[in-house]
Amino acid sequence: MGKLTLNNVSMTYHTLHNETKTLEDINIKVDDGEFVVLVGPSGCGKSTLLSIIAGLITPTSGEIYLDDKILSYPCNKIGYMFQKDTLFEWRSIYKNITLGLEIRKEMTKENIEFANTLIEKYGLSSFKNYYPSQLSGGMRQRVALIRTLVLNPEILLLDEPFSALDYHTRLLVSDEIYKIIKAEGKTALMVTHDIAEAISLADRIIVLSSRPAKIKKEFNIKLSIEDRTPLTSRNAPEFKDYFNLIWKELDKYDK
Amino acid sequence: MINNTPSKEHLDYISRVKRRNTLITLTRILILIIFIAQWEITARLKIVDPFLVSQPSRIVNTFFKLMQEGHLLRHTYVTCIETIIGFISGTIIGTLIAIILWLSDFINKVLEPYLVVLNALPKIALGPILIFWVGNGQPAIIIIALTISLIVTIISVLTGFNDVDEDMIKLVKTFGANKYQVLRYVVLPHSLPTIISTLKINVGLSWVGVIVGEFLVAKEGLGFLIVFGGQVAQLDMVMLSIIILSIIAYIMYAIVSKIESIYIK
Repeated sequence: MGKLTLNNVSMTYHTLHNETKTLEDINIKVDDGEFVVLVGPSGCGKSTLLSIIAGLITPTSGEIYLDDKILSYPCNKIGYMFQKDTLFEWRSIYKNITLGLEIRKEMTKENIEFANTLIEKYGLSSFKNYYPSQLSGGMRQRVALIRTLVLNPEILLLDEPFSALDYHTRLLVSDEIYKIIKAEGKTALMVTHDIAEAISLADRIIVLSSRPAKIKKEFNIKLSIEDRTPLTSRNAPEFKDYFNLIWKELDKYDK
Repeated sequence: MINNTPSKEHLDYISRVKRRNTLITLTRILILIIFIAQWEITARLKIVDPFLVSQPSRIVNTFFKLMQEGHLLRHTYVTCIETIIGFISGTIIGTLIAIILWLSDFINKVLEPYLVVLNALPKIALGPILIFWVGNGQPAIIIIALTISLIVTIISVLTGFNDVDEDMIKLVKTFGANKYQVLRYVVLPHSLPTIISTLKINVGLSWVGVIVGEFLVAKEGLGFLIVFGGQVAQLDMVMLSIIILSIIAYIMYAIVSKIESIYIK
């Protein structure tokens, strides 16, 4: 078994008028250090899946394993990154980054030191006392990632983390975030509906069908390119082939 | 951008803006002077009856007379204290109730129609009942002031609480935060601007409550002075009280605005 395993996870939402089946028998295995991207039509329940893994929602049925053990919540091995950076405007950058430690009452000397190391390493030292509104969108998203990494999670869940940025920033930030995640040796599970972005980042892409989401297909992304980063990936000869394959997969289920 | 050698156009622009601002201030002062002058003159020439509308010079005389008797400061002080206690307690108690309603969705849903009805009710109508309950004195005045601001506070602070970005709450939950931590780290700091702006609204409401309360029961205070002045046909006293009232109300509002600008950048 892998790092993170989802076993027959299903989810049904209830309202007084009807019930909506959102996820149906989702089986996913993510290996240690792997970068897996979930692609699917919008509204198919990708974000729901991440919320379930993060323990924010309880699935209707199915189990989730972390290192072959059933995941219990609250789980401090999982970090979550949102579409918006959700930085707290009333806290300085430093206080934003240590927010998780404060909430977990883990403001120990070692942890604060670790936070400072990360701040230093990823070029945020001179912005420690700034407030979020003084930072650019890309910089804010970097702070949001460091805020998550400070808690030293083993798995990162990324819920369309770049979609709120403009195209240019988006390419740069995805490159940057990818490098940080790889440098810190984290396992990542990301959700997006941008096919190109998915190929540029993923070791493996899982295509979901429209609601109720089922796994339609998996692609192992192998690019014949040296020093692969999200930016260089886009130049790989296989890039457009994967694009077309995934495009066709998605296309089928919109009809 | 700060430029060391501002261009001529920029200097022109600055002096244009400054000139306009000076003109606005001068016009404001001029209006006040003209208003007071025409009041004094028409009263002296008996175009208007000074017995009915009073007269600036008589108001000034009354001011010095009351100051000499030593009561005026006391009346002003009493009203100020009642108002301050009214709007601060209204804001604090209202916020506390809003916190309870936020913590328990069930209580919130149960109380919703009652809050709507209470909000629609003109709270002044409760005055006589409150006097009957807490007695004919200062507590009744303060409670009237508090009742006026309480429901509005609950409703607007609660709206502020529910305005918080869901993702922020989700985020701290992934950090393992419980409901009280969500309140402390996200909801309360996020709603601080709402709470302070409610405080600002409550200053005005509290004045209404206190003056009406004093009309009903008081033996001292500016509201009392207004009613008393009316009863003994001393319009000078009434006018003087109203002028003092508007100056102090303005000062109080300015202080709260200042606090607001410190906390909300």
